[in-house]
Amino acid sequence: MTRMVFSGFGGQGVLVLGEIVATIAMHKGKEVTWMPSYGPEMRGGTANCSVIVADTAIGSPIVQSDIDILCAMNGASVDKFLPRVKPGGLVLVNSTIVTQKVDRDDVEVLEINATDIAGQVGNLRVANMVMLAGFLKKTDLFTLDDITTVLKQRFAGARSQDLIPLNIRAIEIGMGE
Amino acid sequence: MPNPNNEATRRVVYEKSRGLTDTPLTYCPGCTHGTINKLIAETLVELDVLEKSIAIAPVGCSVLAYEFFNCDAIQAAHGRAPAVATGIKRAEPSKVVFTYQGDGDLASIGTAEIIHAAHRGENITVIFVNNAIYGMTGGQMAPTTLVDQKTSTSPFGRAEATTGKPILVSEMMATIPSATYIERVSAHDVPHITKTKRAIKKAFENQINGKGFSMVEVLAGCPVGWNLSPVDSMKFIAETMIPYFPLGVYKDEGVAV
Amino acid sequence: MKVLMKGNEAISEAAIQAGCTAFFGYPITPQNEIPEYMSAKMEKAGGVFIQAESEVGAINMVYGAAAAGVRTMTTSSSPGIALKQEGISYLCGANLPCVIANVARCGPGLGGILPGQSDYFQATRGGGNGDYYTPVYAPATVQEAWDMVFESFDIADKYRTPVQILLDGMLGQMMEPVEMKVHPRLNIDKPWATNGNADKRPRNTITSLSLFGEVLEAMNLQRFKVYEEIEKNETAVENTVKEGDTVAIVAYGAPSRIVRNAIDELRAEGINAALIRPITLWPYPYDTFQDLPKSVKHILVAELSMGQMVEDVRLGVNGKYPVHFYGRTGGVVFEPGEIANKVREIMGKPAKPLASGQKQMTDSNLKGGI
Repeated sequence: MTRMVFSGFGGQGVLVLGEIVATIAMHKGKEVTWMPSYGPEMRGGTANCSVIVADTAIGSPIVQSDIDILCAMNGASVDKFLPRVKPGGLVLVNSTIVTQKVDRDDVEVLEINATDIAGQVGNLRVANMVMLAGFLKKTDLFTLDDITTVLKQRFAGARSQDLIPLNIRAIEIGMGE
Repeated sequence: MPNPNNEATRRVVYEKSRGLTDTPLTYCPGCTHGTINKLIAETLVELDVLEKSIAIAPVGCSVLAYEFFNCDAIQAAHGRAPAVATGIKRAEPSKVVFTYQGDGDLASIGTAEIIHAAHRGENITVIFVNNAIYGMTGGQMAPTTLVDQKTSTSPFGRAEATTGKPILVSEMMATIPSATYIERVSAHDVPHITKTKRAIKKAFENQINGKGFSMVEVLAGCPVGWNLSPVDSMKFIAETMIPYFPLGVYKDEGVAV
Repeated sequence: MKVLMKGNEAISEAAIQAGCTAFFGYPITPQNEIPEYMSAKMEKAGGVFIQAESEVGAINMVYGAAAAGVRTMTTSSSPGIALKQEGISYLCGANLPCVIANVARCGPGLGGILPGQSDYFQATRGGGNGDYYTPVYAPATVQEAWDMVFESFDIADKYRTPVQILLDGMLGQMMEPVEMKVHPRLNIDKPWATNGNADKRPRNTITSLSLFGEVLEAMNLQRFKVYEEIEKNETAVENTVKEGDTVAIVAYGAPSRIVRNAIDELRAEGINAALIRPITLWPYPYDTFQDLPKSVKHILVAELSMGQMVEDVRLGVNGKYPVHFYGRTGGVVFEPGEIANKVREIMGKPAKPLASGQKQMTDSNLKGGI
């Protein structure tokens, strides 16, 4: 079982990012749950979602503790969720926005300059997708091809087809860092 | 002098409309509900839509109207008839759907439902019977009760300072952009009853022709609730109600007049 | 192929697939995805969507559409469902079929938008005026929510009754893979419908009114005969308790999933706990509690409320076992460790620290102390 939290400012696309990871896992035959925070944090403030990927039926969809992978898009997310990451867990940090030191030595930390890279490809909104580079580098949950397949489904409308190569390029730059 | 028993000279000068069932009406003596029920029933027969009509009865004196109209009929919660009519009409758009509501039902507890049925431009017909009182429950004050009028909950007369002035429903409904036809008529004498019939017919024709929301407000008498004789209650409509609730077409074909 | 869907989306699409052609809604969190989905899809599916002026308006539109004989639905969340009670009572009084989903939040009053199970009484005890019940289904997964929509429309038509689907904000908002199986629908003639076909049959009338005592009593007795049939045929429960288990934990809906995690934790340390999950909340599976294995010593009820279903469990248990309760309210969701600690307490074992940092509730808290 892999317990994940995706967290950031509202508008950074953390809910969509979690949904993409959950969808990929579903296509690979896994049991998955995706649970958003929909409470008072929803408007304007921080947003986060819990994603669980497992081989057997999933009980509670809420990930409050024992986090295997934290994907933190802003500083507040690090403050809130870092203490809840399992020893040996993985912390992916958007280092363009997160300025503080990730203060734990019993977890693996990977900094990704996500918002900068998104700016390089000309669309700040793909910063969330750049974070997927961290999954590709540090986990064996899925491959770049898996991401492409899901993106093709999501952007099935003809008008947004050009978003797919843009997203893939952003992820590839993230991988190269 | 013609012999009434002679087949050759007998002719029918009047019979009950087949738009009404044989169920005896439950209205009080001198009440105008029976007249208005009859006008609707005749209209449905004349327009040849009786069998495809669905009546919505309110809560109030006409709560049993579903027993009187000789078509499919349903009884609605207090004030909700326009919402119920919306549900039926949207499910069966080719059928003729109408609500029959009093002033407590439409102008008090059901203001949201009537306003929003008009606001959506529902293609239904609403017959609004305004007798300025809650008749069924024992003559309590209605939103349309006149200033100084005595009722069982305004025993000293309706006090404007604390209960306001009577609500003018037709004038208000005419301001709703999606309403098609709004007219106020009266059922107190024969010429006015004839005009009422014409208005009701138009309101149903509008629906049949897909023109949208029509409401006919009919000023009606309640001798028991008003503590007046039937004759005096007709006079009350003519002399006291009509000056405050002016008769006429307030909106037609979506244009305020 | 499975599709990742929110509970709210699953309910919407399943309703369309089950032949619902008239949906009436009103915005309220956390069910907004349902009217949004219906506004986009219903017309294309040949049906009607109306955003009503109020929840009261919406349920009365349902009353009209149900009377016209079509499959119809409304959805809302707790305070909105409270507003619909007038209409639900009328629907029951007039024997009209429809489906009502309550994506529950916490209360009372405006309360909050976080998940709650404090609408149990409202859902299972009639909720409005008069002698009546409505069947209440409580899905625990998005797949189950999908499947229950089909069942709910069938049950509604079969017994001529409103059916409620009671979920909570957690299940409404969460996504899970759904096999979008279209279940065959029960096709039942509705010769009673007021649909303006009086040229082909005698005229129909629909009402909940009767001014004569004996007549109304006969109508009510007839309705309770139907309820007896529903109790006999439709009561559903998932009972995982086996010989050797000592603690049965009763929970329904999405929170029952949290209890499953607690049970895994307890069994790993040698405490044999098992889940009883009522699937229908009315009719309630009372008999389950009389037929438990001899090894069972305790019953624990876990709810996101101050204790509502616990009353039904006590009725079912009828003094046979001690019944314990653990609840959180106000939108606070218990974590598995809290349920496990409650069982440890019952078994005389020491508590373990809670992973989330949430504070364990005590019996004294739940009786009104802090």
